Amino acid sequence: MTVYAFHGGIHPPENKLQSTQLPVAQANLPSHLIIPVLQHIGMAADPVVSIGDHVLKGQVIAEPVGRLSVAIHAPSSGRIVDISQQPVPHASGLESECIIIETDGEERWCEVEGLEDYTQVAPHRLIDFIRSKGIAGMGGAGFPTDVKLHLGDDHIVNTLIINAAECEPYITADDMLMRTHPEAIIGGIEIIAHLLKPHHIVIGIEDNKPEAIAALEQAAEASKWPIDISIVPTKYPSGGERQLIQLLTNIEVPSGKIPADVGIVCQNVGTAAAIHEAVTSGRPLISRIVTLTGAALAQPQNFRTLLGTPFSTLLEQAGVDHSRLSKLIMGGPMMGVPLTSAHIPVIKTTNCIIATTAEEMPAPPPAQACIRCGLCEQACPAQLLPQQLYWFSKGKEFEKARQHNLFDCIECGACAYVCPSNIPLVQYYRFAKSEIRNEEIEQRRADHARARFEARKERLEREAALKAERRKQRAAEAAAAQAERKRAAAKAAAQPTATASAASEQGDLKALKVAAALARTKLSKAEKALKNARDKGLEGIDKLESTVAELVARSAEAQALYDNALANAADKTGEPEAATETQSTAHAASESSEVASPAPSQKVDLKALKQDVSIMRTKLKKARATDPDSSEIEHLERRLEQASATLKQAEDQQIAAAAAEGIDLKQLKIDAALAKAAVTKLERAANAAQTDEEREQLEAQLPQRRTEAQNLASQLARFE
Amino acid sequence: MDSILIAILALSALALIFGIILGYASVRLKVEGNPIVDQIDAILPQTQCGQCGHPGCRPYAEAIAAGEAINKCPPGGQATIDQLAELLNVESLPLDAEHGTEDVRKVAYIREDECIGCTKCIQACPVDAILGAAKLMHTVIVSECTGCDLCVEPCPVDCIDMIPVATTIGNWKWPAPPSPMQIIATDRVQANEESPV
Repeated sequence: MTVYAFHGGIHPPENKLQSTQLPVAQANLPSHLIIPVLQHIGMAADPVVSIGDHVLKGQVIAEPVGRLSVAIHAPSSGRIVDISQQPVPHASGLESECIIIETDGEERWCEVEGLEDYTQVAPHRLIDFIRSKGIAGMGGAGFPTDVKLHLGDDHIVNTLIINAAECEPYITADDMLMRTHPEAIIGGIEIIAHLLKPHHIVIGIEDNKPEAIAALEQAAEASKWPIDISIVPTKYPSGGERQLIQLLTNIEVPSGKIPADVGIVCQNVGTAAAIHEAVTSGRPLISRIVTLTGAALAQPQNFRTLLGTPFSTLLEQAGVDHSRLSKLIMGGPMMGVPLTSAHIPVIKTTNCIIATTAEEMPAPPPAQACIRCGLCEQACPAQLLPQQLYWFSKGKEFEKARQHNLFDCIECGACAYVCPSNIPLVQYYRFAKSEIRNEEIEQRRADHARARFEARKERLEREAALKAERRKQRAAEAAAAQAERKRAAAKAAAQPTATASAASEQGDLKALKVAAALARTKLSKAEKALKNARDKGLEGIDKLESTVAELVARSAEAQALYDNALANAADKTGEPEAATETQSTAHAASESSEVASPAPSQKVDLKALKQDVSIMRTKLKKARATDPDSSEIEHLERRLEQASATLKQAEDQQIAAAAAEGIDLKQLKIDAALAKAAVTKLERAANAAQTDEEREQLEAQLPQRRTEAQNLASQLARFE
Repeated sequence: MDSILIAILALSALALIFGIILGYASVRLKVEGNPIVDQIDAILPQTQCGQCGHPGCRPYAEAIAAGEAINKCPPGGQATIDQLAELLNVESLPLDAEHGTEDVRKVAYIREDECIGCTKCIQACPVDAILGAAKLMHTVIVSECTGCDLCVEPCPVDCIDMIPVATTIGNWKWPAPPSPMQIIATDRVQANEESPV
């Protein structure tokens, strides 16, 4: 098979031999397994177990959420002791949600069953089966495998490429897997091929793994699928997806596209083996091979490790020398991330742990200025201009960096490796990428907020318009109702006049009395409205005034009618009491017309009435003292009686007025409370003010506010 | 004589044709509003916080288009000012501290057992991110909250806190590499001594 070439690339020391001297060992079972719910790209899985639950090996402990997600299974049997935030393998060193299982050492499996013959199962059911087994790409990114297996639905897949290059120094996990389980890999490839139906299957493997190549070739011969094994020269980063595709097919995946767009799907050997295991035996992805290497280990070796095993367990098993250990790296030396803690667990994408000594990986020398030598450009496998990207990232000219295809950078580190000035180029690119992504998120958020803000504004406007319309409608209704009432009142006013002549019965008398009282009440109400209008300077005062005048006339008329009727009745019966009553009511009528004068004078009237009563009383006393038998006494007595009756009536009216003012009283109360709150707020603000100037300003406002509040309070007190 | 007439007629005809085309275009392709306002509005962070002294981002965008200073938006910070400066081709300015300072992103949080259900914060929220009803407990929809802090002031019982958004693996950003000038040769010894494990 022809092997092509990709641009750039480097040849760092391989350092792979150290960890291939010993066979793959079984890692010890730790006392606690820490299982992050996010071990793949996409949405974190949702825990379906709770603390205290007993779980069996292979049991689902977290269900996938959404399209881009996979299930998580218990790697061993035991008890869930905690679901909490724990440090996870991530460049940030931050914590994330983890399920912690206290292992019981029994390694009891739950019931698992593979598919007898996957070729007889509908493809979508087979893919769902694989999804339910928690399989995500094991090469490094952890992309949910089932999503890639669906690519056959909407893409024509010509070539299936199995990535066995494992180009990064130190890592030998895939190498050891190929040596030990070539038939599982070939089996997995057959399942993938069954789903994707490619015309062509190629395994891309670097020429530094002769044993693995031999094992694979042997296994591939037995397969019914034509599987090519293409041996590529050792060069970093030939294991990059796009680089391997170019090596094997000479097709360059366009920027911003995925390999499936050019008819290619890539899978890692580890993933293929995991698919085979899941489909044939039903066992989910709960363990993987992890390379433990580095000069600080006595026995660099590969371990078949349960997911969730803390790195410390593996390091101890590999004989770590803590005195020599200087740096712990997860992944390879080129793309891996330094770790801050050894209690971080192995996850689906953990392929290597490097425990280095200070001599093996010294701290990077200080970065010097870029000398524009151009070596980075020659090393870049993505054919970018690392130097330009560096300047733009450093100067935070992210838009320009993006125009120079920053997002095609695979962060392989080849540029930084060759840089004679030791500039941490990849760090700059990662920084720029995350800034750009962040800006995009902010932009999306802003757009979303704008949409919501505008929707709200529109809603408020709509509501206001609706309210205005309703108000208009109500006003029209009220006007109609008022006109109706007026007509009715006119009728009622006409009726008494008509009936007055005929009124000789007691019942009519009563009706007249009621009419007179009604007229009085109406009058007082109108007065109140007038007063309110005057106080607040509302419109239509003149109208109200005319109404009041009219009502005064009407009330007097009603009273006169009643009096007439009463006098008639009294004439007929000749009862003196009735006459008295007539007199007193006549007085009351005049009184009520007095009341008809605007409310402010009411108080004065009340006073005058009181004075009248007391004067009358003294006169009576005097008369009694001078001449007890005088007819004048009787006269005075009657007058006193009248005066006190009038006074009482006036007082009653005022009480009624206060009661009728109930609504205003409420308003007054609220105003008073608000004023009080304003004062306290101001006081607090003055206390909290930072500069003297501000305080003075605030304090200057205080007295005014205080008097306002006091005014309102005193008003309120008067009513209460 | 004829040639002069022909020339005059030809030019008049051309003028008429072009006049008609231009007249039609001015009606047909009329641009409603000021397009620069939209562009400015797209850059502003849309928190609708009013810290610039305008009732929302769009009014401020209009004010900027009318010549107001571009450095009055604390939520947008220097990045927004730079973008505006680039868009309007004016000198970039430092953020005007009078209108507030750049801060980490925050979201409002209602202490729910203290909420009396007065709906004042709901009315204040410019993006309808607060959910609740009269006399019932309110709560903030975190994903919709812009952190404008307009709901804090109206709350009569002071039960709203502005909480900085925690950094998680989901929103973590790679930090900028230290400037090479910060690492001088004599610091190397110290750098070597740093052992994380």
